[in-house]
Amino acid sequence: MGSSTKRPSARARKTPSNGATATSAEAGEAKAKRASARRAPAAKARAVQVSSPPKPRARRPAASRDAHAEARDGAVLVTGICGRLGQLLARRLHRHDRVIGIDRRPFHGRPKDVVHHQVDLRRKKTRDIFRAGGIRAVVHLGIMHDPRASAKEHHSWNVVAFQKLLDALIQFGVPKLVVLSSANVYGPSPDNPQFLTEEAPLLGAQHFSAIRDLVEVDMLAQSFFWRHPDTETVVLRPCHILGGVKNAPSNYLRLERPMTVMGFDPMVQVIHERDVVEAIQLALAPGVRGIFNLRGPGEVPMSRVMKILGKRTQPVPGPVATAVLDRLWRYRMTSFPTPELDHIRYVCMVDDTRAREVLGFRPRFGLEETVRAVEHER
Amino acid sequence: MDKPAPVVPFATAPQELGSVRDLAGKVGDQMVRLAEEALGEELDARMARIRTHPNDAGVDPFGFDPSTARYALSLAAFLHRFYFRSEVFGTENLPEGRVLVIANHSGQIPIDGLLIGTALMLDANPPRFPRSMVERWSAELPFVSVLFPRCGQVVGSPDNARRLLENDEALVVFPEGSRGISKTYDRAYQLEPFGLGFMRLALETGTPIVPVAVVGGEEQLVSVANVKSLAKVLGMPAFPIIPQIFLGMPFPLPTRYRIHFGEPLRFDGDPDDDDAVIAAKVSEVQQTIQGMLERGLGERRAIFW
Repeated sequence: MGSSTKRPSARARKTPSNGATATSAEAGEAKAKRASARRAPAAKARAVQVSSPPKPRARRPAASRDAHAEARDGAVLVTGICGRLGQLLARRLHRHDRVIGIDRRPFHGRPKDVVHHQVDLRRKKTRDIFRAGGIRAVVHLGIMHDPRASAKEHHSWNVVAFQKLLDALIQFGVPKLVVLSSANVYGPSPDNPQFLTEEAPLLGAQHFSAIRDLVEVDMLAQSFFWRHPDTETVVLRPCHILGGVKNAPSNYLRLERPMTVMGFDPMVQVIHERDVVEAIQLALAPGVRGIFNLRGPGEVPMSRVMKILGKRTQPVPGPVATAVLDRLWRYRMTSFPTPELDHIRYVCMVDDTRAREVLGFRPRFGLEETVRAVEHER
Repeated sequence: MDKPAPVVPFATAPQELGSVRDLAGKVGDQMVRLAEEALGEELDARMARIRTHPNDAGVDPFGFDPSTARYALSLAAFLHRFYFRSEVFGTENLPEGRVLVIANHSGQIPIDGLLIGTALMLDANPPRFPRSMVERWSAELPFVSVLFPRCGQVVGSPDNARRLLENDEALVVFPEGSRGISKTYDRAYQLEPFGLGFMRLALETGTPIVPVAVVGGEEQLVSVANVKSLAKVLGMPAFPIIPQIFLGMPFPLPTRYRIHFGEPLRFDGDPDDDDAVIAAKVSEVQQTIQGMLERGLGERRAIFW
């Protein structure tokens, strides 16, 4: 149903990869280049940019909304649907739900019944999609983490876009919001307790200011949770997501010889990308609200992860590692900013009791499978 | 929970330092064997009897690794049996399940913690693996940050302590903290005021408290003064003046340790009560330990044998 919008957008500008989760720079840039290359020939041919699904436009905001009917057959709107997690989620949801996607990237290999709008979240067009009605839930995956992107663009993409999305949610009375944050908002630190609960302060930006806006997104979602009780807000904070995703931990584990800090072997938690998708699906169930830490098959020393992958690591003394990475970063020879060293030095692990009890989430993938997932091509 | 679940050892990883690790492993194994033969102890058998709490991946969530800890235990066993020739009394007082071991702290360096832990492993039946809270800065030191967790030591935080007790572990706590360990010799065996945190923890988790008096620690490194201003400048917890170092003995003297485990104390009440109420309970523990210390000192005929 609905004339799809697989056709690329006119604005074939270089999109910094607005991936669902932390995307490292190199991957992002490479992808953006590839995407724009693909896009070029088709750019002329475009006629229609975006078409909203032909839904009765009768629905008025909030007041006349029949919550129950919508909870059953409304559509799920996924922002950042073209990221790895977005695609996995779309493929899983579309069998039972109507799925609408928003992303400024084209959705390759889109299932036929998924409606994709290739727009920027900050555009007015987004509001039109909501105005068409029939949206029962919004899953916000369109968060960018590209340490190479300009701070302004980063902030605008993550915070401004999210604020606009929240405005739309309020105006059109969407009953459910799921935001994918990350356990990184707590931040790795030698002072951390072994397990951080959802109440722990979000100190992630204290040593790594580039993720300030990601912390802010989490905070915005929290304040939205309190201010708009009509919308069931769920914030998910998974530990390191591994798989085909292009995020920092997966990229790190895909390195030929990952650098480690000599004399440090912190306990780490990892989770399979499909388990995260499963958690998002659980979070979409009516009645679920709150903040949930997500934990995978269990915490292990980082050396064990390397052992599973058969990686030979390159231990470097801490001060040397800092100095070297600083230089490599400045000359664009690495996609890992120096503050990320803390992740391979100190603990940042979460307690997932609430996700187990309230969400009923159990990771399905074992440690071996989860870690090996980074080896699969996407 | 009843059977000791196996923890997957992770001492062996294919690393750049693989050969060094192998060597360390071999040396460690030799050490364990030597300790077993020389001391007539069954270290590995005792290690196998402790209860572990592996997660889904078969690893202790705090990073405890018995296969590494056994090396440390063999070393500690030498100190315990040969060097300090510790005498241990009253291990039958240790209850099953979760327990807070509360002891006096003394001797400038925390040998007492090591020996209490070794006593829990070698003298108590069944053996209990000691978990204790270490300073936060230890997580910032290379190698130490790996060694401590592998040997079951956890960065000190109330939340970590609660989790360990909920796993029915034996937690060793020195409520005097650094004030206790750095006291000068004129105040030997006089307890510094206890912190209240352990009592709140005990009330919250329903944990019995086993008071422990350690006699013999104060004489290992006799301190005549603590230069607080210098300690502050250097960012150290204390700056003791230890005469024996100037006499060419920069190591603890081989005093004989006497470790007395008292009968478990159980407390009821609201863990969030006023400080005054908690302090009353804490002082009960403190007085018990002070009494045990005085009795221990009275029974002691000599410091070194």
